[in-house]
Amino acid sequence: MIEISNVHFGVKNKPLVQNINFHAKTGEFWAIVGANGAGKSTLMKLLSREHVPTSGNIYFHGKDLKKYKLKELAKLRAVLAQQNSITLSFSVQEIVLMGRYPFYDSQPTQRDLAIVDHCLQKVGIAGFKNRLFPTLSGGEQQRVQLARTLAQIWEVNDGFILLDEPTTGMDLLHQYETFQLARDMTGKGFGVIAVVHDLNLALQYADRVLMMKDGQTFSAGTPDQVLTEDNIKAAFGLSVRIIQPDDTHFPIIVPDMIPVQVAVSTKN
Amino acid sequence: MLEQTIEKLNTDQSLPVEKTKKSVSTWGAASVLSFILLSCIIFSACTGALSISLAELWQIILFKTGFADTANYEEQKALVFWIIRLPRVCLAVLVGAGLGIAGASLQGLFRNPIADSGLIGVTSGASLFAVIVIMLNIKYLGIINEVGGAYTLSLAAFIGAALTTMLVYQLSKLTGEGGVTTMLLCGIAINAFVGAITGLMTYLATDEQLRTITFWSLGSLGGANWTSVLAVTPFVLCSVLFMPYLSKALNLLVLGESQAAALGVNMKTLKRQVIILATMGVGASVAVAGTIGFVGLVVPHIIRNAFGPDHKTLLVGSALGGAVVLTLADTISRTIVAPSELPIGILTALLGTPFFLYILWDQKRRKV
Repeated sequence: MIEISNVHFGVKNKPLVQNINFHAKTGEFWAIVGANGAGKSTLMKLLSREHVPTSGNIYFHGKDLKKYKLKELAKLRAVLAQQNSITLSFSVQEIVLMGRYPFYDSQPTQRDLAIVDHCLQKVGIAGFKNRLFPTLSGGEQQRVQLARTLAQIWEVNDGFILLDEPTTGMDLLHQYETFQLARDMTGKGFGVIAVVHDLNLALQYADRVLMMKDGQTFSAGTPDQVLTEDNIKAAFGLSVRIIQPDDTHFPIIVPDMIPVQVAVSTKN
Repeated sequence: MLEQTIEKLNTDQSLPVEKTKKSVSTWGAASVLSFILLSCIIFSACTGALSISLAELWQIILFKTGFADTANYEEQKALVFWIIRLPRVCLAVLVGAGLGIAGASLQGLFRNPIADSGLIGVTSGASLFAVIVIMLNIKYLGIINEVGGAYTLSLAAFIGAALTTMLVYQLSKLTGEGGVTTMLLCGIAINAFVGAITGLMTYLATDEQLRTITFWSLGSLGGANWTSVLAVTPFVLCSVLFMPYLSKALNLLVLGESQAAALGVNMKTLKRQVIILATMGVGASVAVAGTIGFVGLVVPHIIRNAFGPDHKTLLVGSALGGAVVLTLADTISRTIVAPSELPIGILTALLGTPFFLYILWDQKRRKV
């Protein structure tokens, strides 16, 4: 369980994140949404302890996040960062095995290797096991990184998974599979907190949504409470319509704009 | 499902999991390189102005170790071997190992395959302090000689290297939160500054001092004796023995600083450890052999291309590979213009630069 109370964070008197409060429990999928520069990634960095809050507290399983050693944290939560560039030619298996590094000393056990294989299967790249990481496409690389994140957290009880835009560069199918996977992980008792850009994915898969604007909580709650036409208009500056097609179980967010082509053709 | 897989694995050990591939490659690489190194040592020990045959070498060693009762060789050859040749070969091995492992670990720390001990100021700082000590020693402190002198020079070079590196590190922290780019840029600035000071000192030096400084700043193992070997051994051994323990952390660093931290790597400690260990090897090497460039740059590249990027193999391999390269380079440097001697720094740069350019070109070509 992660408890964030009155968290502020700023660099040189410029506040980046202010007054954030929320409780994320294991078994919940939290989506963090907001416009560019709203402070989503900064918040993720605070949660992963890359940054320490200027004021306020983050409690991780009831203990102040600052009081954990990095080695302890590595065995309790996994982080997938936004930027992941690797230039050295490590193989896919070696990269995913890095997720197991906190758990063994010098040689990986059979169990570690089995977990690596299993996580590679989970993200659908078991066939790439021996390929060199830099030769993969952007979306494939991202899936390898996701597998590494899963491998790190796989055997942890009440573990948390922090994902900063996990689906960057992935194709449509794998975006949905990734979110489905995150959803499955919450079913297994993990907590997932993810920065999500696609509001439809957030609406469809998240249990809770935190909407940020200018470094502050704009709205927080269940997807239908937070992702409303008014809120999206206020936080993103875009008019949207939320429609409920008859043959789907969930509503769909579409931009409330006349498509350019139509506009041009009506003019003529 | 995973539990089942794992249970199956536990009961049936013969399942084809590619388990030992990595460890074999580390040990494999180490044994292949050790074998090459041993051959190079023997070759280097036998080659020179006075050539020693393998049989003679064997006899010399047997007699000295007490396994043979009679000395079936010329006395002169034994003297050359024990007093001139062997310490020189040992020094080449130590200096090469120190430079190789320092290069590999700094490249890992900076996540930049171009990073080199020269780049972040280690070499310059070491040179500066060593030059100061040489000048002071000739002028005022003629008393520091033999063992004391060698240790003083080693220590001074190490302190110089460490201080410069610390300064670069502190500066980069002030300007850019310890980011790697700032660190490299600071290193370049400090390098230029230290280079200028060293240059200024050469200007002020007398003829005698100048000759010592110049010869030494081009790099040479010509001053090798058992004293200098003893002076560098502890420094290089520390570096070579402890650095491989950091290989896992350096591997994680490949993912980026924040990802490494998320996987439990304490960046502050890691930076400190790598810098100190690398500085020890380079500082001591500079003190006894002067500035020998390109070993720390080219050797890790070769090892990476041959055995893959895993730091465990890379660090061990670079130490052994550096020793091989420097032993060979030194053999060439003392035979090619015999009876005179070519400064080894000239040789490594002459051979190293084209090779390095080739590697860069080859990498770009492979990417396309």
